[in-house]
Amino acid sequence: MFLIDCPYCGPRAETEFRCGGEAHIERPSPHGEVTDEAWSNYLFYRQNPKAEHRERWVHTAGCRRWFNVARDTVTHRIIAVYAMGETMPAAAGEPR
Amino acid sequence: MSGWRGKGGATIDRQRPIAFTWAGRSYAGFAGDTLASALLANGVSIVGRSFKYHRPRGLIAAGLEEPNGIVQLETGAATIPNVKATQIELYEGLAARPVNAWPSPQFDLLAINSLAKPFIPAAFYYKTFFWPSWMAFEPTIRKAAGLGVAPQDHDPDSYEHSFAHVDTLVIGSGAAGLAAAEAAAESGAAVLLVEVDPMLGGGLLATREEVGGQSAAAWRAAVLARLAAMGNVRTMPRTMAFGFYDHGMVALCERVTDHLPLERRIGPRQRLWKVRCRRAILATGAFERPIAFSGNDLPGVMLASAAQTYALRYGALPGRRLVVATNNDSGYESAFAVQDTGAAIVAIVDSRTNPGSIADLARSRSIQVIAGSAPLAATGGRSVKALSITRMSGHATQERLRCDGILTAGGWNPAVHLHSQSGGSLAFDQALQAFLPAGAAQNTASVGAAAGIFDLARAIAMARAIGRGEQLPVAVPARAIGPTREFADGDIAAQTAWLDFQNDVTVADVQLAARENFRSVEHLKRYTTLGMASDQGKTSNVAGIRVLSHLLGKPAQEIGTTKFRPPFDPVTIGAFAGRAVGENLFPLAHIAAHADHVAAGARMEGYGAWLRPAYYAKGNEAEEAAVAREVLAVRNAVGLFEASPLGKIEVKGLDAAEFLQRMYVNDVRNLKIGRCRYGLMLNEHGVVYDDGVFARIAENHFLVGTTSGHASAIADQFNEWLQCEWPHLRVMVENVTTAWAVMNLAGPKAREVLATLGTDIDLSPSAFPHMAYREGHVAGVRTRIERVSFSGELSYEIAVPWGYGAALWRALLREGRKFGITPFGIEALMTMRVEKGFLHVGSDTDGTTYPQDVGFGPAIGKKIGDFVGRRSTTRPEGRRDDRRQLVGLEVTDGGGPVAVGAHVLWVNDIEASRTRGWVTSSVMSPTLKRPVAMGLVAGGFDRMGEAVRVWHLGKVRPARIVEPRFYDPEGAKLDG
Amino acid sequence: MTRHYSALSLIREGLNGQRGWEPAWRDARPQAHYDAIVVGGGGHGLATAYYLAKNHGITNVALLERGWIGGGNTGRNTTVIRSNYFFPETAAFFDFALKLYEGLSQDLNYNIMFSQRGMWFLGHDRHAMEMLSRSVNAMLLNGVDAELHDSDSVRRHIPGLNDRPRFPVLGALNQPRGGTARHDAVAWGYARGASRLGVDIIQNCEVHDFIIEAGQMRGVETSLGTIRSDLVGMAVAGHSTVLAAKAGIRLPISSYALQAFVSEPVKPCLDTVILSPATGTYLSQSDKGELVIGAGLDMFLSYAQRGSLPWMERAAAGVVELFPAFSRMRFLRQWAGLVDITHDSTPIIDKTKVSGFYISAGWGTGGFKAIPAGGWCLAHLMATGTSHPLATGFCLDRFRSGALIDEASASGISH
Repeated sequence: MFLIDCPYCGPRAETEFRCGGEAHIERPSPHGEVTDEAWSNYLFYRQNPKAEHRERWVHTAGCRRWFNVARDTVTHRIIAVYAMGETMPAAAGEPR
Repeated sequence: MSGWRGKGGATIDRQRPIAFTWAGRSYAGFAGDTLASALLANGVSIVGRSFKYHRPRGLIAAGLEEPNGIVQLETGAATIPNVKATQIELYEGLAARPVNAWPSPQFDLLAINSLAKPFIPAAFYYKTFFWPSWMAFEPTIRKAAGLGVAPQDHDPDSYEHSFAHVDTLVIGSGAAGLAAAEAAAESGAAVLLVEVDPMLGGGLLATREEVGGQSAAAWRAAVLARLAAMGNVRTMPRTMAFGFYDHGMVALCERVTDHLPLERRIGPRQRLWKVRCRRAILATGAFERPIAFSGNDLPGVMLASAAQTYALRYGALPGRRLVVATNNDSGYESAFAVQDTGAAIVAIVDSRTNPGSIADLARSRSIQVIAGSAPLAATGGRSVKALSITRMSGHATQERLRCDGILTAGGWNPAVHLHSQSGGSLAFDQALQAFLPAGAAQNTASVGAAAGIFDLARAIAMARAIGRGEQLPVAVPARAIGPTREFADGDIAAQTAWLDFQNDVTVADVQLAARENFRSVEHLKRYTTLGMASDQGKTSNVAGIRVLSHLLGKPAQEIGTTKFRPPFDPVTIGAFAGRAVGENLFPLAHIAAHADHVAAGARMEGYGAWLRPAYYAKGNEAEEAAVAREVLAVRNAVGLFEASPLGKIEVKGLDAAEFLQRMYVNDVRNLKIGRCRYGLMLNEHGVVYDDGVFARIAENHFLVGTTSGHASAIADQFNEWLQCEWPHLRVMVENVTTAWAVMNLAGPKAREVLATLGTDIDLSPSAFPHMAYREGHVAGVRTRIERVSFSGELSYEIAVPWGYGAALWRALLREGRKFGITPFGIEALMTMRVEKGFLHVGSDTDGTTYPQDVGFGPAIGKKIGDFVGRRSTTRPEGRRDDRRQLVGLEVTDGGGPVAVGAHVLWVNDIEASRTRGWVTSSVMSPTLKRPVAMGLVAGGFDRMGEAVRVWHLGKVRPARIVEPRFYDPEGAKLDG
Repeated sequence: MTRHYSALSLIREGLNGQRGWEPAWRDARPQAHYDAIVVGGGGHGLATAYYLAKNHGITNVALLERGWIGGGNTGRNTTVIRSNYFFPETAAFFDFALKLYEGLSQDLNYNIMFSQRGMWFLGHDRHAMEMLSRSVNAMLLNGVDAELHDSDSVRRHIPGLNDRPRFPVLGALNQPRGGTARHDAVAWGYARGASRLGVDIIQNCEVHDFIIEAGQMRGVETSLGTIRSDLVGMAVAGHSTVLAAKAGIRLPISSYALQAFVSEPVKPCLDTVILSPATGTYLSQSDKGELVIGAGLDMFLSYAQRGSLPWMERAAAGVVELFPAFSRMRFLRQWAGLVDITHDSTPIIDKTKVSGFYISAGWGTGGFKAIPAGGWCLAHLMATGTSHPLATGFCLDRFRSGALIDEASASGISH
């Protein structure tokens, strides 16, 4: 069971959170000009790395704020936690 | 000969005898005994029968690694199957019986399996039993399998969960655990020390060794006293750490009342602890390995360390004349302990040619030491009579030692389970012939025997250092164990040399697996079932790996070990469930006037998260009649329905309109203040997700209505879009569903009832028309009223602060009495909405329904700009003209309603054809006196008036596709 | 050497100390070139190799497995086999799989212990019962066996169900032909069958890269060297995206851990497979006597195969809700499998933009029950270059066109 350091509430157990999947996905627009391929890519295709993964989580049983987490999908180690709209802090290292 | 009670016994109280029954016979033990030690002391040598061959088996171990002493504890509702006798603390009146033995462990009918043993080796069932079909054989196999019997009654006990956060969690309270805990506590850390045994001390409770010049008992007492004096150490006996999860989460199971007589048990039986620790020190000890030789499963063959524990803790001995077979010094220590307790040691058979000074010590105790030799075969029928031994290199009997018990000391396997569970790696140590903890994946350190350190002084010193937080290099074990006598492939003796006692796996079975190419350690396990019994291979895994290593000529490190998975030892299912049982498993929420509904005869049912009135039965009125009565009351007079669970989400801010414009299929921006609009919401995949009415309270303030089931999910989704996708939009979202109770007053006389109750809102149709929103007071209470209708009648949804809900319900009923007001439930409301042809999301839609399938094509065509899910609806699939579309269905045979879930076929379709759609809603209309239905039908919009067939469980009925507007199609009632 | 399995051969070998059995499959060393390579030694890969040889006469085949065969989800699932699917495409495919399972022990001369004890899908509320009615009718129309039971009937068939439940059991959908099989035996039986037909089964052989020349598959680079073939099929659930990426192909798949548990073994106490959607729990009792309990997915990416404590609590609560008497039994072991999740819970059996490279992926939490048909259809696709009629809907293009086959959300039956 993960211990996730909510940027607003501090460290809390995994069961207080929900994972919203890969972070930093851009929603294609305008809708009238988006091709079927681009839309499909947005809806269904993910990095799914066996390595560090940037994903977004929400503290559902707490502040209800969304934020980003960089986490290793093999060891489950959390590498960084950073706010929505931010890029991953450099100190935490660049993705492999 | 069999077990007996000798001298001593450090942890029993000979002044306090305890009566218990075993297999229906009465026995006595002492306070402090385990069931196992009491059975041993009483001379009960056969404690069970093996899983497959039903061979008689005696106790092998003294701890949770015991594979044979599996019992059914207690009877009736209190019964527990498969408990290990070694883990049961004796209490007054305890009743237990062996599993898998019928009629008795002494005489077991299925022992006939033993005769068939040559023909039913490991995995024999893959090679037979499939002609004509496995199902012909399976019932017999199933009956023979299994150990104990599952309870039949509700569990009379309760369980609970607890949480702890500590700096240092120390698991195991032997010498290393105590030393580590004390050192960690001295450095100021908050320490939790857990021990599976009822007493702290681990191996210190059963050793003759001295620590720092004092007895182990004295050293233990001194440390415990110092720990107790410190404020930052908590100790928990009877608590097993069974799972090491991510990020320092360790799960414990505390046995709270299991040791008490049944009638004295109060409160939760067990407690599941979830401990988050910064650091874990694993002082989990080691398990002694059995030695494989022919007949090593005879009652009377026991692990030497177990005999030592039975002797020193309980004064119990497995026999009077014992042979000790060993390959390392620990066997000697056990021999001395057993000798001191009163047994004679016939000989110590040591596989080492040169045992060293310990052998001299043995000889000084008049014990014969036979070096360079190993056990060959134990003989005896139901218990050991003799042991044949051989030279290490040979296979011929060198000597036959008469004895009534054999103690085996085959070396030690550190209990690396939790280390491995935490993600840590293992390395095979050649000297110890065992897997040791290697790299850590979390902040863990293994100490003492768990790290392969068996020397007490060294273990304590290292544990102290680690407790203080020092980083130590991985320790090198002191002395190699002696050689093991290997079996040649095909050796007949291998067929009776057991590795896994509980699952009846022999050395020959491992050889067979290797022969048949099941050479991966996981294949070996799965093919032979080695290590898959309820002891999870604690005594057998490494032994099996070593046999395989020898057969394949491949180092054990390369073979590796199977995964260690939680739980370390079986844990009660009820303990995991904790309080999440019965009503507390997803508790149902009560609506505001719950008690009034119940008093009014409501049949309350769970609808999603809420307990709601399905209908109100007058006397023993049937549901159908009650629903019809309620519907007609609403249609002809007035009805009252509590709609409090309807989702209510406030959306406020400068960009509120813009935000909702993106969330709804409908236009939001042009909605006037004080007006309501029906809205449809999609998910990003274009699928209809929810519908409801939203009201514009002010220029920048909306009240969004959702279905009852989706209120919090939609609030969450609003927040997700706002925070993640459109953070620049200035909008606040708050789910106020449970802040407002809502009473729905519906029917032609609704306005009169509301007026009679008294409100400062102008109710005249021109001032408060259909689809309008007003604020004010009702009966003196602040209210929000929406004039919206799901029933098709004049209808007000009157919201008041939740605490006034019940009062409003009562007041409306009181004032409405003279107008014939009738409370109505969900089923009546649903009947009315089907009569109206109103969509019910989730019933009339599913995960494939796009908005154009439920008639929103034109609305989308007119809307400019994006909204959630829009692009998905225009993919090629969304443009097909044979999409399933929501239409009305009328049966044409004069019969009752069609079944919801019936399928629609074309008139010319043969029966087993592709479905054309299905019935999504169907009721007998009390208003129209005929059945009405809706359904999703392929290309349905273009098939109005067409005849179809409705198919349900093989029966076919004629029907016609119609517009889904059965009652008041012009909506005149709504505008009344 | 004894090769054929029967009661007679067991007796004969019994008199011989069981010493004459030949290996269940040959441990092969890779050759330089094969007519076809199958990557992935799980059930799907092994079945693909078997049917390539058996149905299409392509016997010069290498099956490459990174670890040990059957070590992925084939050996980590809850062994349920059923075909209670809603849509005609999925119903036809999964029922074909079930039919193959029904004859598989004889076909492979290997007892896979397919036990058709019925698969009961409980309905806990009015809406659920309507959906079950819809599903039963769909199954019957699709030619699949199905029964709709009311509450009393369910209790007659499944003794021990909670008499004071939080989630009442209003009825159930039963598929009598559903049941369980011995998961390892399926892998081993196919391996033995394929090996006898000439397939080289190569374990401990990790594919590091694909050799692709001008858009044509030419072979693989492995931990045991280069192996060439113009025809490569891949069935590596859990790692589908990782491996496909080496061929430059992206897949609409995410990897999640699926949690499962067994209890200690007890005498027979549950005779069917039960799925309770309200509690998210399904359970059956193995022939060995263990309760086998399936739970749900950890809804975050994971390649760790680690057990989850929250799911263990939820699964336990579900078990106790269904059968309160099981509260005093004990969990023996928990584990997780890595599953390929697609948005619509429907698999992908398709060609790729690399000529000669075919994939079978996205089996979600229900790959085990599909093994025979999955192997059959991937073999067909590899051998003929065209999709098997049963698998045409399982194409990658559906993620572009929107022609998803969304079983979970359409029928309410989770996987």
